[in-house]
Amino acid sequence: MAEQFEPRIVAFLCKWCSSAGSDLAGVSRMQYPPNVIPITVMCSGSVSPLYIFDAFNKGADGVLVSGCHPGDCHYIKGNYYARRRIAIVKKLLDFIGLEPERFQMSWVSAAEGKKYTQIISDFVEELKPLGPQTKLRRNI
Amino acid sequence: MKKKTGVFVCHCGINIAGTVDVKKVAGDLAKHDGVDVSEDYVYMCSDPGQNMIIESIKENKLDNVVVACCSPTLHETTFRNAAKAAGINDFQCEIANIREQCSWVHKDMDKGTAKATKITKSAVEKVRQNEALEPISIPVTRRALVIGGGIAGIQAALDIANTGYEVILVERNPSIGGHMIQLSETFPTLDCSQCILSPKMVEVSKHPKIKLMTYSEVQEISGYVGNFNVKILQKPTYVDPDKCTLCDECTKVCPVVMTNEFDMGLTGRKAIYIPFPQAIPATYALDIRGCPGLVPIACGKCADVCEPEAIDYDMKAEIIEEEVGSIIVATGYDLYEKENLSEYGYGKYTDVLDGLQFERLCSASGPTQGKVLRPSDHKEPKEVVFIQCAGSRDPELHCAYCSKICCMYTAKHAMLYKHHVPDGQAYIFYIDIRSGGKGYEEFVQRAVEEDGVVYLRGKVAKVFEDKGKIKVWGVDTLAGKDIEIDADMVVLATAMRPSEGASELVKKLKIAMDKDGFLAEAHPKLRPVESVTSGMFLAGAAQAPKDIPEAVAQASGAAAKAISILSQERLFHSPMVAKVSLNLCTGCGMCVEVCPYDALSLKDGKVEVNEVLCEGCGTCQATCLRAAINVKNTTPSQVHEMIRASLGG
Repeated sequence: MAEQFEPRIVAFLCKWCSSAGSDLAGVSRMQYPPNVIPITVMCSGSVSPLYIFDAFNKGADGVLVSGCHPGDCHYIKGNYYARRRIAIVKKLLDFIGLEPERFQMSWVSAAEGKKYTQIISDFVEELKPLGPQTKLRRNI
Repeated sequence: MKKKTGVFVCHCGINIAGTVDVKKVAGDLAKHDGVDVSEDYVYMCSDPGQNMIIESIKENKLDNVVVACCSPTLHETTFRNAAKAAGINDFQCEIANIREQCSWVHKDMDKGTAKATKITKSAVEKVRQNEALEPISIPVTRRALVIGGGIAGIQAALDIANTGYEVILVERNPSIGGHMIQLSETFPTLDCSQCILSPKMVEVSKHPKIKLMTYSEVQEISGYVGNFNVKILQKPTYVDPDKCTLCDECTKVCPVVMTNEFDMGLTGRKAIYIPFPQAIPATYALDIRGCPGLVPIACGKCADVCEPEAIDYDMKAEIIEEEVGSIIVATGYDLYEKENLSEYGYGKYTDVLDGLQFERLCSASGPTQGKVLRPSDHKEPKEVVFIQCAGSRDPELHCAYCSKICCMYTAKHAMLYKHHVPDGQAYIFYIDIRSGGKGYEEFVQRAVEEDGVVYLRGKVAKVFEDKGKIKVWGVDTLAGKDIEIDADMVVLATAMRPSEGASELVKKLKIAMDKDGFLAEAHPKLRPVESVTSGMFLAGAAQAPKDIPEAVAQASGAAAKAISILSQERLFHSPMVAKVSLNLCTGCGMCVEVCPYDALSLKDGKVEVNEVLCEGCGTCQATCLRAAINVKNTTPSQVHEMIRASLGG
């Protein structure tokens, strides 16, 4: 049997909540699969749809955007913009034919290390049966 | 010329090296395009570790460095300072977090090592495109605004003013003093509340550095730390405080009787009134909610008898604009609304009182001149039931939180009652006694042992009127018995709530509230007096229920924080702000609309960034269709390279 498929995930984490939440998961020594490479951005509102498409183009099997809970944005309302933008991106990806499970958004506060752990673990489990993402992958 | 990059991978003892093969990461990075030096060391943050980085930058003439170690929240400053010491710009140093986000959350050495390598490569790609930046310097307006004139606001204003900086103290009521001035005695010493507060109030009114604005409300705030612009609405009192001689002739002729807020509705007052004898500023105010009309034809009796001609019906509301460098919010608390506590007959029976009403009954300046008499028939109550946690600690029906001060003030109330009515009996229903604080536990013991107060552990089920008595049905859970008391009076230790209007003010200030509506501090442990907005600080019960010593301590803390801003001539602001590529910008204005800080504007068909207002969130960057606006050092070009490195490309 072939080696089990390990999805490659890029996670865009906002600096103030989700990245801090993932730091807390680390400080608390919670364990989750090593499939995710985090990229810390200032705010989930700064995540351009192009970042998401670029990640899929470059071969990501899944993309996560995680920000502060609605109402708790460090930058007042950046995550509201993110939420709206991501809803559209999700529709577009669906239209293209990409499995909707491959792109997720979550709200993780600086106190939610456990939640971050859970989200990553669930995401990896959901992606495994889908196999490699080839739809948007550029043959480079 | 090609930029030279150095990578320094930390073992952090076994914290990183336990799951990540640090030597392999350093080896792989050495082969990465553009990396000239790649080294590892057991503790990079130690002095020898930092020196290793400094020496390497100098020796190899590195343009930028990546330190792969713990979270940037911990040692980013350490390593950026090291970079600076080596002669390169501090923004040429980036951190790759391979501990919290890698070694600590994984067990598999191979996978951990592979992930750490990708994280580090991603940081290398970022740092190679970093610009050297210098902090943005802004001047400071060296005055403070304090919102709320209770004990917390008074203390904060005095502390700031005594260091020599000007303070504007805004209070929405006609007098400062807050709820503390309504209290009779204070626990655990039984000092007279007015006697300890009024000297501070007088000091505020006489202080040359304090501009007191009573009967005023903050309407609008703009600006940023060091330079806030505030619009304050000064409501008309229709009485000129400079002319008023406090002769009290006007109240004798005023035909309108209104509820006296100071006595918590236990008495009435006239439409023209002085809130209480020690009011600061010492002057009368005309309450237009009750006044028949501001035209002399409608009434005009007060103006007729006013010899110094202090009454001016033509007085208008004014909007006053002020500039300040820092703001302290001390808006205090209100009691939980009466209508929410109908199970205790609160608001229904005259002799069911709240804690503040009981304070007024005990107060020498109160409606009964300090005699404890029941409001309904002015007789001395012989059996009084005090009910703690009325609205607190009840997540199903009321507030989930503990109002913190009620255990202590109920013990005080029962004690004061026994001092006034020695042959009376005081019962207290409680869930737990929380008496943490200096001298607090001893105070509760004194109530039990010296004053014979009866504590009953349990909740009250029902309060109802029966044959001139107030029947209290409850349960004593320690004895396992039902209790029925024929009380003459019931006093509720009502929950504390954020003061009315606090939520609107929060929106104007752009600070945050917690789930209960209290003001949110920046960090519950390490930044308890700062709000989430820089330059704005919190004091007193507006932040959470607290007693007088705690409110005073927090106010002094907030004042010290405010002074730390005012004492500087200039402040520094992160230079990671938005930058417009003028050749790409078409002036569509989409970014202007989404900016949460109003930092962008259109000028001559192009977008312009106010670097002082910009916080660098990047919302504009994600909105721009032409990549014409980018946050320095987090540009799309950098993120795209980071994505490539993250995916092992």
